[in-house]
Amino acid sequence: MTREEIIEKGQVVYKKPVLLNDTPMHYCPGCSHGVVHKLVSEVIEEMGMTDKTIAISPVGCAVFAYKYIDVDWQEAAHGRAPALASATKRLWPDRLVFTYQGDGDLACIGTAETIHALNRAENITIIFINNAIYGMTGGQMAPTTLLGMKTATCPYGREVKLHGYPLKITEIAATLDGTCYVTRQAVHTVAAINRAKKAIRKAFEYSMQGKGSNLVEIVSTCNSGWKMSPEKANKWMEENMFEFYHLGDLKDTGAVK
Amino acid sequence: MADQEITLMKGNEAIAHAAIRCGCDGYFGYPITPQSEVLETLAEQKPWETTGMVVLQAESEVSSINMVYGGACTGKKVMTSSSSPGVSLMQEGISYMAGAELPALIVNVMRGGPGLGTIQPSQSDYFQACKGGGHGDYHLIVLAPASVQEMADFVDLAFTLAFRYRNPAMILADGAIGQMMEKVVLPPFKPRRTEEEIIRECPWATTGRIGGRKPNIITSLELRSEEMEVINLRIQAKYREIEAKEVRYEEFMLDDAEYAIVAFGSAARIAKKSIEIARSQGIKVGLLRPITLWPFPTEEVKRLAGKVKGILSLEINAGQMVEDIRLAVEGKVPVRHFGRLGGIIPDPDEVVEVLKSSF
Amino acid sequence: MAKMKGATVVDTERCKGCNLCVVACPLDVLALTSKEVNRKGYNYAHEVLSDTCTGCASCATVCPDGCITVYRLKTE
Repeated sequence: MTREEIIEKGQVVYKKPVLLNDTPMHYCPGCSHGVVHKLVSEVIEEMGMTDKTIAISPVGCAVFAYKYIDVDWQEAAHGRAPALASATKRLWPDRLVFTYQGDGDLACIGTAETIHALNRAENITIIFINNAIYGMTGGQMAPTTLLGMKTATCPYGREVKLHGYPLKITEIAATLDGTCYVTRQAVHTVAAINRAKKAIRKAFEYSMQGKGSNLVEIVSTCNSGWKMSPEKANKWMEENMFEFYHLGDLKDTGAVK
Repeated sequence: MADQEITLMKGNEAIAHAAIRCGCDGYFGYPITPQSEVLETLAEQKPWETTGMVVLQAESEVSSINMVYGGACTGKKVMTSSSSPGVSLMQEGISYMAGAELPALIVNVMRGGPGLGTIQPSQSDYFQACKGGGHGDYHLIVLAPASVQEMADFVDLAFTLAFRYRNPAMILADGAIGQMMEKVVLPPFKPRRTEEEIIRECPWATTGRIGGRKPNIITSLELRSEEMEVINLRIQAKYREIEAKEVRYEEFMLDDAEYAIVAFGSAARIAKKSIEIARSQGIKVGLLRPITLWPFPTEEVKRLAGKVKGILSLEINAGQMVEDIRLAVEGKVPVRHFGRLGGIIPDPDEVVEVLKSSF
Repeated sequence: MAKMKGATVVDTERCKGCNLCVVACPLDVLALTSKEVNRKGYNYAHEVLSDTCTGCASCATVCPDGCITVYRLKTE
């Protein structure tokens, strides 16, 4: 059996979701953003929500997410995406509304907007890409940068005396009464990707069922910022990030009642 | 007719009632003196149970203006209100909305600054309101009410202009207009637009890709300089059109005037009293009251300069609008400024004294 | 016994040569080109052991740029 015959007669077991358009993404080779973009697109397609989704992009590497996923988008000011999403969902309650934000956007400049939108139980989902560094501005320290980790603004490694501790905002989110589903995932292996997709689906469904706010953190790599190959970055993430940012569900009240 | 009933209320309350009546879809705000009655009145009126209007108290002015940004993206009629320090916090969001060309209403019930300043009335945010306020080349459409009636009437007017030009509009009031009680005839009820109407009237809005249309993307970002210049030029052309078509002003006793006061909002009311006193003393003075502060009635001030011997800019600030008057007058006649600071409202008699000593 | 045969089609112009698909493939079906580059200048992924592909789609799943389409056919 030739390769051509398999392609001709076989069934397609994987292809890029239609919602992820053909525009080449500006992300660096191996960047986790691409995988999460695919998952978000797949979930929207599978839920049949293409014509009912309003997404909010952040300031940071994902600022141009609107160029790649073919739904309606609003591009927020730095950190303010949850405020835009809160209003949007309240004004169009039957739409699927989600934000897509990085660690600097969500856990630093937008901490107030994040915490309060989540705690108001806005029926939205926040997709949170945590790669422990500012990617777009060129690899500066993020609120989630690990202790000892070197960045452009902590070139000798993050230390408590100078920079304080990395922020576990997802743990904080889990303590808020307004949150329904809070989870931390990764996209470095096939199994992890499948789990992350299920988490995004669950979050989107809860938000459409009016069960409260949902936060899906994706512990991610920034191989350019970390100055390593995509493969090594995945390994480094497993060995260092997961120890501090434990994977798994932190809260799920949606299944009850 | 119930709609024509005369009622007595504060300017801030009139804003809230007018918002509900003109079909506003959402209000997002944060308490600050002297405008908190806007949010309080809305909370008390519960419009979400009647018209379906969303009312939300945000965690900050930064958040409320970004809720307005998000709400405006959806094609709905959304607004916020605040007072000077809060409006300073909103400048980022306002700049984004001007850049993304979104219609929305921002109400600023001004108090004295700088900094935390005072809670008493002031007009010291003229520059901020009329010259952009945030970063980038942009303008808001700025309406200056001088009565509780105009507080009520300008809500619908501001929304109309904001949607006509896809540009944020501001009602620039002050603590006096916001807090004073006056009789007012509230505007008649107008239903909120339906989903179909919004989709038809705002084909650019992020409503979801209803009917499978192409995605709508609302952003103020464009990294390619050539494209960004084109966007800026288009926005500037829109501003020129607004300047040509939307100037609004009131003239008072200018026909035989030898001197003119230019004043807006509360200051214009004081000016009218001063004019009465001055005329009783034989001084022929009239008033030009800009109703739109941007676009500024430049041509009208220019015409005035050909008619009178001197112009006094009466403002409750250290001299801001006077710069626009001087630009319009082009040195043809003397232009003086008088204002009080720190939350003090000028007294009509002292204005008359200033008139006598100025020219 | 039924056997799964697979094939991958890489959008080589979209590929950025990150190598994650190569690492993810349990059967070493894919490799990056050593010399050839696409228009962006990247070495791109391509099949080097076509016969062994089972169409598990691990490569396509991990691909951040959605470059890979996977086909699968059951054979006797």
